Amino acid sequence: MILGLRGRCVGLALLSLAVGVSAAAADQGQNQKPYIVKDGKVDKNTYNGWRRYTESCMRCHGPDGSGSSYAPDLTQSLKTMSEDTFKSTVMGGRVNVGQANENVMPSFAEVEDVTMYLDDIYAYLKARSDGVIGRGRPQKLTAMNEGPHG
Amino acid sequence: MGWRTVFVATGLCLLPLCGASANEQLLKLETDANQWVMPTHDYSAQRFSTLNQINRENVQHLHPVWTFSTGVLRGHEGEPLVVGDIMYLHTPFPNIVYALDLNHDGRVLWKYEPRQDPSVIPVMCCDTVNRGVAYGDGKIFLSQADATLVALDAKTGEVAWQVKNGDPAKGETMTSAPAVVKDKVLVGISGGEFGVQGRMTAYNMKDGSLAWRAYSVGPDEQILFDPQKTMSLGKPVGANSSLNTWQGDQWKIGGGAVWGWVSYDPKLNLVYYGSGNPSTWNPSQRPGDNKWSMTIFARDIDTGVAKWVFQMTPHDEWDYDGVNEMILADMPVKGQMTKALVHFDRNGFAYTLNRETGALLVAEKYDPKVNWATHIDMKTGRPQVVPQYSTQHNGEDNNTQGVCPAALGSKDEQPAAYSPKTGLFYVPTNHVCMDYEPFKVSYTAGQPYVGATLSMFPPKGDQNLGNFIAWDASSGKIVWSDPEPFSVWSGALVTAGDVAFYGTLEGYLKAVDVKTGKELYRFKTPSGIIGNVMTYTHRGKQYIAVLSGVGGWAGIGLAAGLTKGTDGLGAVGAYKALSNYTQLGGSLTVFAVD
Repeated sequence: MILGLRGRCVGLALLSLAVGVSAAAADQGQNQKPYIVKDGKVDKNTYNGWRRYTESCMRCHGPDGSGSSYAPDLTQSLKTMSEDTFKSTVMGGRVNVGQANENVMPSFAEVEDVTMYLDDIYAYLKARSDGVIGRGRPQKLTAMNEGPHG
Repeated sequence: MGWRTVFVATGLCLLPLCGASANEQLLKLETDANQWVMPTHDYSAQRFSTLNQINRENVQHLHPVWTFSTGVLRGHEGEPLVVGDIMYLHTPFPNIVYALDLNHDGRVLWKYEPRQDPSVIPVMCCDTVNRGVAYGDGKIFLSQADATLVALDAKTGEVAWQVKNGDPAKGETMTSAPAVVKDKVLVGISGGEFGVQGRMTAYNMKDGSLAWRAYSVGPDEQILFDPQKTMSLGKPVGANSSLNTWQGDQWKIGGGAVWGWVSYDPKLNLVYYGSGNPSTWNPSQRPGDNKWSMTIFARDIDTGVAKWVFQMTPHDEWDYDGVNEMILADMPVKGQMTKALVHFDRNGFAYTLNRETGALLVAEKYDPKVNWATHIDMKTGRPQVVPQYSTQHNGEDNNTQGVCPAALGSKDEQPAAYSPKTGLFYVPTNHVCMDYEPFKVSYTAGQPYVGATLSMFPPKGDQNLGNFIAWDASSGKIVWSDPEPFSVWSGALVTAGDVAFYGTLEGYLKAVDVKTGKELYRFKTPSGIIGNVMTYTHRGKQYIAVLSGVGGWAGIGLAAGLTKGTDGLGAVGAYKALSNYTQLGGSLTVFAVD
């Protein structure tokens, strides 16, 4: 379910259609990353994802997506969580309250600074999860070497 | 807004002292070293105990004698109270209160667990901490996360009354401990990262009815200022002193949250506390001095009207909240006996003021690495900001690098202690710098309203993220400094036994010599310590107690540690994972010397 987001992830949308159809198509789709990283530098959307992540998510999920004492390490979560699940969790929130846990993630559906840049936030965290960028402020690619970008 | 309903229940007067007015009672109790009856230990917030059974000579024989698990995993700030034979212990959300019987190694006499909507959890800025309960008139007062103030019968735990002090749907929550002063209970409000309009509220202790409410920002009638009588550096503030320093209606979501400690001078009839950051963290979105965020308030306890104010960080550009404790001490300042107020601000400067007039006497850096301002102009009180480290000067979408201290401040809420014996202040500090990039944000009620990214790292050339220091507030100089690998996020205790105590993020309780800072004792408790060390006696024997349970803002670095965020600062301490040293879990450890 894509919830009224900017349609930047055409490749990924195709990927999710292709998975059930042919393994070959899926292999091709997996090459479609939501981010561009060259020589450790990132495209402007991924950079913006880091900023917006830090604005709205860092207080719980820790610096650079690395988790805190009360919210999970997203660089681990995104190794198994799909983009759709990630986005629907951000939009819908999540409640995990029990004997040992009092963890609640709010819904960000009404938060413009998250919904408008959700693709960017996902791109950043996916790049972190894939291990192609490290901790801290990512270095920006200049417009010249960024190359074509949807 | 906020105050809506009062539930009045029967509160039987069961404690022997509850016939006297709470004012007289607490004024007597605060001087009784055998008990610990208020979050700040005493109204002066000195955290000095005259107990000396445990002292410099025998503290190396200190050892745990009993422990108690709170059953809660989140960050445990604050300290328990001891009133008579009962210890009152609080927890982070869900804000359980335990009454523990000291006659039976902490057997549970009663337990109170409020039912709170868990949707409040994510609107708490930095973990679901709580800084403790207050006592007065046979009642225990609890500030719940969901902004409910509740009065419990100290003997039974039954609810005497409760009152709603704010709206979590707007990001209004409560983390700080209430303060009982005269016949009132004072509570602040948290939510500086959610665009709340910060305030202090006084409720009548008897029934929870509203006595007064004083906002930090807004029109004079809301901030309880008298334009002619409220003073700032010896001059009347004049009309609209807050509104004049904001553009448009920004003040309505302007922050100035009140989440620190309260102190009180009964002779002057004044209460003292500080306000937090202006909202948002992006300074370009709020031109002006943003008064009275980042401010020390001295207010008349009966009316709430401000006698004087002092703003530490006009037009904040770094999140240097002014909420840290105000320690009241009668001490010589530059050779003259002074009714002093000493405040270790987040901005890295330690201020000594005359607490009667608000005159600025001393303002010096208490961490030599502080670089965002060269000094404080003693005439105007204004920091002389270094353009290189000004996030306003460098502007939106620009990354300002290497600012010291970080947004955590050179010290956060963890309170310092003052020994009248040595005349020194014992201060737990953070030794962390940051890169800070402000950017434009939009406001949505109940959602984070921050508008800046930050990366944190140790100061250039240093490996340690904290220091425990002794400070001379008259000369404004560090006397000694003990480096710590992590921020010292635990409140200090100093005693007439010439020992200062504090906890560390790895979980050590440490005792050091007040004169030299030499370590005399350490014990590793089950989890990192962000609570405050306290002491009391039971059946004539002195005990030391502290809450463990890592978390809070300090817990943000637990999983992965801080990282060097930029090039050019050296690769020191690039990764320092606290999780290699400690894990979550709330517990109380009580120590004694046999």
